[in-house]
Amino acid sequence: MSKTSNNHYDVIVIGGGHNGLVNAAYLGKAGKKVLVLEQRHTVGGATVTEEVYPGFKFLIASYLISLLRPEVIQELELARHGLEIMPLESTFVPLANGNYLADWPDHEATRHEIERHSKRDAEAYDEYARVMKRLAIALRPLLDMIPPDPTSVTAKDLETMARVRGVLNNMTRDDFHLLSRLMTMSAADFLDEWFEGTALKGTKCTSGIIGTFMGPRSPGTGYVLLHHYIGELDGTFRAWGFARGGTGALSQAIASAAREAGVEIKTNSPVAHVNVKNGEATGVTLENGDEYTAGIVVSNADAKRTFLKLIEPKHLPDDFVSDVNRFRIASPACKVNLALDGLPEFTSMPKGKEALLRGSIEIAPSIDYVEQAYDDAKYGGWSRKPFMDALIPSLLDPGMAPPGKHVMSLFVQYASSDLEGGWNEEKKAQFLDIVIDTLAEHAPNLKKILIHKHIMTPWDLERMIGLTSGHIFHGELALQQLFFLRPSPQWSNYRTPIKNMYMCGSSTHPGGCITGAPGRNAALAILEDRP
Amino acid sequence: MLKTTPLHSRTSALMQANQWRRWAGYCVASSYEMTHDREYYAIRNACVLLDVSPLCKYSIKGADALKFLNRLVTRDVSKISVGGMLYTPWCDSRGKILDDGTIAQLGENEYRLTSAEPNMRWLQDNAVGMQVEIFDVSDKIASMSLQGPRSRELLMTLCNAPLGGVKYYEFVNTKIAGVDVMISRTGYTGDLGFELWVDAAKAEKVWDAVVEAGKAFALQPAGIWALDVARIEAGLIMLDIDYTPANKAMTDGQTSTPIELGLNWAISWKKGNFVGRKALLAEKENGSTIQFVGLEIDHKEFERQHHELGLTVPYPFMAWRAVIPLYVDGSQVGYATSGVWSPTLKKYLAFGHVQPKYAQPGSVVTIDLTVDRYRRPFNAKVTKLPFFNPPRKKDILGEK
Ligand SMILES: Cc1cc2nc3c(=O)[nH]c(=O)nc-3n(C[C@H](O)[C@H](O)[C@H](O)COP(=O)(O)OP(=O)(O)OC[C@H]3O[C@@H](n4cnc5c(N)ncnc54)[C@H](O)[C@@H]3O)c2cc1C
Repeated sequence: MSKTSNNHYDVIVIGGGHNGLVNAAYLGKAGKKVLVLEQRHTVGGATVTEEVYPGFKFLIASYLISLLRPEVIQELELARHGLEIMPLESTFVPLANGNYLADWPDHEATRHEIERHSKRDAEAYDEYARVMKRLAIALRPLLDMIPPDPTSVTAKDLETMARVRGVLNNMTRDDFHLLSRLMTMSAADFLDEWFEGTALKGTKCTSGIIGTFMGPRSPGTGYVLLHHYIGELDGTFRAWGFARGGTGALSQAIASAAREAGVEIKTNSPVAHVNVKNGEATGVTLENGDEYTAGIVVSNADAKRTFLKLIEPKHLPDDFVSDVNRFRIASPACKVNLALDGLPEFTSMPKGKEALLRGSIEIAPSIDYVEQAYDDAKYGGWSRKPFMDALIPSLLDPGMAPPGKHVMSLFVQYASSDLEGGWNEEKKAQFLDIVIDTLAEHAPNLKKILIHKHIMTPWDLERMIGLTSGHIFHGELALQQLFFLRPSPQWSNYRTPIKNMYMCGSSTHPGGCITGAPGRNAALAILEDRP
Repeated sequence: MLKTTPLHSRTSALMQANQWRRWAGYCVASSYEMTHDREYYAIRNACVLLDVSPLCKYSIKGADALKFLNRLVTRDVSKISVGGMLYTPWCDSRGKILDDGTIAQLGENEYRLTSAEPNMRWLQDNAVGMQVEIFDVSDKIASMSLQGPRSRELLMTLCNAPLGGVKYYEFVNTKIAGVDVMISRTGYTGDLGFELWVDAAKAEKVWDAVVEAGKAFALQPAGIWALDVARIEAGLIMLDIDYTPANKAMTDGQTSTPIELGLNWAISWKKGNFVGRKALLAEKENGSTIQFVGLEIDHKEFERQHHELGLTVPYPFMAWRAVIPLYVDGSQVGYATSGVWSPTLKKYLAFGHVQPKYAQPGSVVTIDLTVDRYRRPFNAKVTKLPFFNPPRKKDILGEK
């Protein structure tokens, strides 16, 4: 295709993941002419709902919303564009001995549940929640900051560093010391300081390992635990919500806001490479050869895909390429969806408390269980008894399945992205059976009501959604790759070594999860450079 | 799910107005009748029976039980002997109040502690290295509170215990309807009254006996709304309302010390070290930044302004629980946390927390109240607590 003015935009966003869409919407609202190019048939990336089996809507990747920045919802008016988030109220943890642990939406009801296991923990739980809440309040402003370079003395970086110091100064000494320890500890060590109950520690430690290829005893998982506490829903921290229609409905709402702001979205448009001339990005070429030019190119794809696949290395400084090369991205997460002809019956579900099925169901009876699951996988294998975070979306939104039928979504760890001998269809089927067998130990009727089963392994997440190694956060949330180090020390402010080229995906600060923050922060950075 | 108390079968049968509330995760009555008026008046003129089972109760036993308690709380527990009780707050190491409750000495090395919030973890943490066993007996023991001027007569028809001679904050063990009962001369009303402590499994039997005997003494079941009026008249603070326990406070500014709350009398400086002593001593020497006070709000003016507008006066019959700023010359000097119209004293009472220089009885601050949808300032005079303190609260029969 020749270069016509029709093919010229102020900004091209590569990838229509939720962050790409947020980025485009903000830039569109600022008056830019924006084009989003998405390789798949639908936008959303890892935030999609798909009808894999007729009549059943599957959450093939992300499933719950918590860290979505309230600013994004307000500024893009996502409610008007159809976003409805329902709080997920409870957590149910079936235990092997027929007992269970439950977290209710009510403080005292939860206390009574924990008291059944340990009175001491029931009290510690309140204090733990309060401390985590205080840390979350203190750290929240960092999420919306464009990370400064602490070694730089430019006015902008100094000012931002002062703001970071302000955030830390606002903390009490005790909280600051606790934060420093939490950042460097393992989730297990941290929880051991608070609780004695095996089951409680089991379920709590899972916030520290979700999406990361680490076990609860690996140092650094303390930070991940906190990361998940920063999520909020109407002021309640660490609350998770379900979007009516699944997480895909959120992407559709953002896309609608973006279109209203004049953004053009093209699906089925995989970008083959970014065109670079004299160190400046000038546009992109699609796999079908179509070319589009733009003053600014933004990549929503992860750092590895962007800088190792879409851009020729010769355009990049060597040290930057090696930073990107060593960016840790091995992933242990799978997603399973089940179409069911009824509800699973958990043997440990107490009579009269079936409402617990409407919340999270966690197979994480102890830290040892989760650590063992990690051990099984860490040398290129998978867990013989995986950790699972399950949800029955059709109980929250009946539209997710035909009447009387249900869908069950299972987030499963660990199965290595670097599976020994590589992934193939046969291995996928084997691991899927392990997942179902493990769940059926707690809900024996599962196999009887099973209509269809579907798994997304790291291999599938990479092939279908373009996540390198299938990493759900576009790279590990490890201390060495956070904040001003994400994804690379000098390029943590959404800018890149290539002029006019920016990043807006989860490889940038503040990282993965459905937050919209990288997309929004990147838009603010772009508008700083090109008002 | 909300738990029910061991007396729920009885309280629910009496409930007429479907006015329940939550207390520490239990379902208890706010008021059995449509309004709490009769229940309140019965506290001051006849007698009431309240289900107070949600209180937390801990059994503390062992050679070091006294040593442990004296380390934990601010008062000197060695001052009581078997059959004695005391009220006390306890603090964290910064002298910030965590909870308040009572301690009863049940035997040689055996005590029972009550509290508003669960405290097991704090108790265990402070018992490290001591020979003491702590059990949470909250669910094992039901408690009912029989309060009011006629409560003693009523109980004396039910048991042989020498209740006439039982002093304020003493207890006796006896039987009612064949069930072992511990009767203590305690309560949260500032009136003559008793609390009955019974095995939860047999509590209904005792309740039934009291209700039956109560027919002759105009006994009324009462809920928390009536109690809330009485406790303000009696100058008694409430956790979560008048102070935030230190382990729930999000910031230091939200915490309180016993000195700030006017509980100096409940701190023993002589008994040796206890948790928070150092900080409290420093506060005692350097002065507090805020002081708990009683306030009498100028209700006459409140009335006058309503009448001027042609309005009836909305009396605050139900106690309010809110933080409302207090001013002197237009700048804020503190805040109020509870308030209510006292039907006995015919005064509008409130609890305030003010800068010490305004804490002397007689000083006047202003509080904003709503008159016909607009906030207006009214005078509130600092008043000595308790507002209401009838001799019968502590009297002994035959001494009158
Ligand atoms: C299994 C799983 C479960 C998860 N669960 C949760 C959860 O419950 N809650 C939560 O908050 N987070 C969850 N996450 C994480 C969260 O989904 C992601 O962090 C987030 O969606 C990433 O958004 P993004 O916009 O940054 O990137 P992506 O969603 O990855 O978007 C990138 C987009 O770029 C497109 N793209 C890539 N290359 C090209 C190209 N060359 N040309 C055109 N388009 C291209 C991709 O198709 C994709 O649409 C989960 C992730 C996974 C995988």
